[in-house]
Amino acid sequence: MEIPYTVDARPDTGLYNAKLGIWLFLASEVMLFGALFTSYILLRVGAPVWPRGSEILNVPLATINTVVLISSSITMVMSWASLKMKDFKKYRVFMGLTFLLGVAFLVIKSFEYGAKFEHHLFPSNNTFFAIYFTLTGLHGLHVIGGMIVNAYFWGPGSRMWKTDPERFTNRVEVAGLYWHFVDLVWIFLFPVLYLL
Amino acid sequence: MDHSFEIRKHVRTYIAVFVALLALTIVTVAISYLHLEVRAAVTVALIVAVIKGGLVAAYFMHLISEKKIIYASLLLTIVFFAALMWLPIFTTSDPIMYNNVP
Repeated sequence: MEIPYTVDARPDTGLYNAKLGIWLFLASEVMLFGALFTSYILLRVGAPVWPRGSEILNVPLATINTVVLISSSITMVMSWASLKMKDFKKYRVFMGLTFLLGVAFLVIKSFEYGAKFEHHLFPSNNTFFAIYFTLTGLHGLHVIGGMIVNAYFWGPGSRMWKTDPERFTNRVEVAGLYWHFVDLVWIFLFPVLYLL
Repeated sequence: MDHSFEIRKHVRTYIAVFVALLALTIVTVAISYLHLEVRAAVTVALIVAVIKGGLVAAYFMHLISEKKIIYASLLLTIVFFAALMWLPIFTTSDPIMYNNVP
């Protein structure tokens, strides 16, 4: 049986199914991170003292990571645009860059985590580090999830380009929507945890 | 319609958005060095973050030209997200807890 509406728009929604699917998933993700953001506010408002993130976290490294993730968003959107322009070679380059930028983000993050652990700073130390590690850890897991999908579409998954190019382009668009969401979450995490 | 030409036009927009995002990142970090008092710092940082997030959602995620059903589901998400953000405020208006604090 063939999966319906992978390319053509469903008449009632006006969208191919995966697109509506990913948006509903992202809506649930907004609530997941929303719950943690509201926990952050509760913990911060309820705490007698709260450190300025910039005094105990590494702002230059986090700034570099912000630039890395923003860059990965543009390479992701360019990989989709390349497919739209029927340029598969360019797609491979941009998707490969997106994956590598994901690796760079995780490497930088691991340096940050490593420095904290060296100074015996763990989630159990105080509520600041508890919420810092929870939020950044969950975000990191999302980055890893996105990288697995991107790696698949760069490698074995890209065979679909030969058999069903439009469906493959849609798959890359959906993966991109997820990736941009991960970037969007970081855009809020960065000032909230590091700068305020 | 020349589809390829349309996409090329989009690409120029994506690059402009990318540059704007980089510039706004510098702005956020620069403002943090001004050491504003907490309320002002939070307000400014969140305004910049909302603009950056808006740019990503509008252009990279194509929300600027999407179908109605996506706008509808996102509107619902915003309502529930706002309710979540209001929760800490509801807790401070809890009369039992606050009347019993010595």
